[in-house]
Amino acid sequence: MDKILVTTIGVFGIIFTYWFFLMKKDKEISASGSINVVVEGGYSPSLISVKKGQKVTLNFLRKDQNQCLEEILLPDFKIKKYLPLNKVVSIEIEPKEAGEYGFVCGMNMFHGKVVAK
Amino acid sequence: MAEVKKTFPIKGMHCASCVGVIERALRKVDGVLSASVNIATEEGSVTYDSDIIDETKIASAVAQVGYQAILDQQDKDKDQEKIEKNKEILSLKMRAFFSLFLGVLIAWGSFPGVSNYAPLFLKNFWVQLIFATPVQFWAGLTFYRATIPALKHRTANMDTLVAIGTTVAYLYSVVVTVFPSFILSAGLEAMPYFDVSTIVIGLILLGRYFEAKAKGQTSEAIKKLIGLQAKTARVVRDGKEVDIPVEQVQIGEILRVRPGEKIPVDGQITEGESSIDESMVTGESMPVDKAKGDIVIGSTINKTGSFLFKASKVGQDTMLAQIVKLVQEAQGSKAPIQRLADTISAYFVPIVIMLALATFIVWFDFGPSPVLLKALLNMVAVLIIACPCAMGLATPTAIMVGTGKGAESGILIKNAESLETAHKINTIIFDKTGTLTKGKPEVTDLIPLNNHLKEQVLSLASSLEKGSEHSLAEAILGRAEKEKAELQNVKNFKAVPGHGIEGVIKNQSVSFGNRRLMKREKVDVSKAEEKVQELETEGKTVMFLSLNNKLIGLVAVADPIKDTAKEGVDALRAMGIEVVMVTGDNQRTADAIAKEIGIDRVLAEVLPQDKEAEVRKIQHEGKSVAMVGDGINDAPALAAANIGIAMGSGTDVAIESADFTLINKDLRTIAKSVKLSKRIMSTIKMNLFWAFGYNIILIPVAMGVLYPLFHILLNPIFASAAMALSSISVVTNSLRLKRVKI
Repeated sequence: MDKILVTTIGVFGIIFTYWFFLMKKDKEISASGSINVVVEGGYSPSLISVKKGQKVTLNFLRKDQNQCLEEILLPDFKIKKYLPLNKVVSIEIEPKEAGEYGFVCGMNMFHGKVVAK
Repeated sequence: MAEVKKTFPIKGMHCASCVGVIERALRKVDGVLSASVNIATEEGSVTYDSDIIDETKIASAVAQVGYQAILDQQDKDKDQEKIEKNKEILSLKMRAFFSLFLGVLIAWGSFPGVSNYAPLFLKNFWVQLIFATPVQFWAGLTFYRATIPALKHRTANMDTLVAIGTTVAYLYSVVVTVFPSFILSAGLEAMPYFDVSTIVIGLILLGRYFEAKAKGQTSEAIKKLIGLQAKTARVVRDGKEVDIPVEQVQIGEILRVRPGEKIPVDGQITEGESSIDESMVTGESMPVDKAKGDIVIGSTINKTGSFLFKASKVGQDTMLAQIVKLVQEAQGSKAPIQRLADTISAYFVPIVIMLALATFIVWFDFGPSPVLLKALLNMVAVLIIACPCAMGLATPTAIMVGTGKGAESGILIKNAESLETAHKINTIIFDKTGTLTKGKPEVTDLIPLNNHLKEQVLSLASSLEKGSEHSLAEAILGRAEKEKAELQNVKNFKAVPGHGIEGVIKNQSVSFGNRRLMKREKVDVSKAEEKVQELETEGKTVMFLSLNNKLIGLVAVADPIKDTAKEGVDALRAMGIEVVMVTGDNQRTADAIAKEIGIDRVLAEVLPQDKEAEVRKIQHEGKSVAMVGDGINDAPALAAANIGIAMGSGTDVAIESADFTLINKDLRTIAKSVKLSKRIMSTIKMNLFWAFGYNIILIPVAMGVLYPLFHILLNPIFASAAMALSSISVVTNSLRLKRVKI
């Protein structure tokens, strides 16, 4: 009886984990000119759509003390910046071509992206 | 009047008398209404009229009395970063040792065997609970702080795993302590596992402490470069020499540098001469002698003489600032090899949580008794041992250390992708002029023909060259100046690219150029052929001078080979790299030079615009090609090659088309840069292999796959030790690059 209960709860837990973490859909926020990105347990918004060839300023504000989030990297633009706690750091980018441009934390654990259309 | 109040940090204060000095200096400035300085906060506060003065005046007043006012936002951010980092490292250390101290006490009281020698109170579960609670919720708060907001975003990270793992162990132990009867009724021994939760937290924090310290060292090179920047400059204004902060130097100003001083910005010497140590910027170990007209690089050190120079580049445009920018950009770029790690990291943590749950089910359903306890401990071990950090750190730390190391030796790497391509290079093409040779040709022979005079040949050739931008013009004009040759007026001047120059002097048509030009102008050169061949086999470039389509003289020019050329080429050949030379010179001259340097393959008589095609031809042979040039007229060839290497000339370091920029002119640096990229890549591969291997092997072990055959299980405490070690070892492995001899 215990085994059936544990197995059922466990399998449910596995399915829940899969659904919770891997099936989430990011809400796409479109930006023109500039957009504020709050850094707390990840990036919100984490999916930003912009028009290709247009300059956009990402204003990062880190509210999270986690060391992992203290650096922001935009490898496509060769940008690596330190994000001081509770202070806005503005990064201007210009995605020239349509496509996805990721931004990640220093340890590559948290991800976000700018989609140029 | 526009009254502005500004408060800013001041560096360099150490006693109360400093306060008075700075306050007096500030009050003396026109436009300052009031000034006060606080020693305790190390801050100054100034009210001033912004119509009369600006921030730079305030900074300058503070600098003049020997302190530094931080009015620049960037400096402030940098300082804040440093303060936060240090605070964090200290806090990690404190929390790690606090947890480990209490953890060891708990383990002493509970570990079978050793607990027999423990004081009685340590064996008390309630005491253990009291010890474990602050560890869980104070020292381990950082794990919860990172987990909770992440869960809100439906993401998980390293901290999530540690938080879940230790919480499970802690809560189970709390139940054992508070409701022992409940555990006993389940057929289990009432034994808490507070030692697991506390020591795991302690070890992971300890690991992070070491990791943070080591990570600080990865960016040391760039800090060192920034630190090279001179703080003050001695500028000559109205005939007087005044010291000002380096930020205030304007282009065109004349500056004085005395022996032993740092040259503040880039510029050109206007008076005096000296020997300058440029090793910190170019990596070239020997001091360089410089005199009037020579370029000096900011942040290098003046050794012997005193001189004046005119500032040509300041602020963000100086060579040092460009180098720092290039290195920072490279460190922010991503290596393609990292792609796999990127993909995995997105799924890693959720997968580990699922594996941990599966471990629990399997042990509970099929494991030996006590099933609940074994299922629980193994689940915790799986959560704790998984280490995505090592995967995340594998590539960036190696790139940080490696590019920094390169910058120290005068090698600037554009991005991580170039590194990856560079280590596979098997052919290197050198552009001859300015790369293998000094790029400053000298006239070696002047041979008049058909009863003309030497002076006449030099006069006609130099008159024509006056209007030319060709690199040989300088040599001929130099000779003309030396021999005081007469320069005549030229009409209808025309440069024929890849051929030479033409014009009309005193109503006679004059052509000066190579054999192709003579052919084009239908000038018969057959009589001079023997002499030409002789000169060419000596490695000289021969130019023909014709007057009214008749050959009247030969001018032989040679570009001296760089002292380091042979050694540089030998080093590359020793690495199994084929060395090719490409030049506009004719085959014979080219062969002679190649032989002297030790190059086997020569591509001669290549016009500048065809260099790119030659690069592509060699690529079609299946070779991975690096092209070395000065980055000015061979930019297309550099861009076409798999790797473009630009050898620095003066202050032009920002060469966009090059993957590698070598600041010094030492050819041995090329072999060094290939070697460095190989070392960086092997470090990255080793790191990735370790990080992947670690997780692939130890996660299943923690799950208990070895148990059926060997009865091996992983205690969560050992799992946490392994986890802490794995990230540290990746960072330390990258740091080894600092000591690599290249």
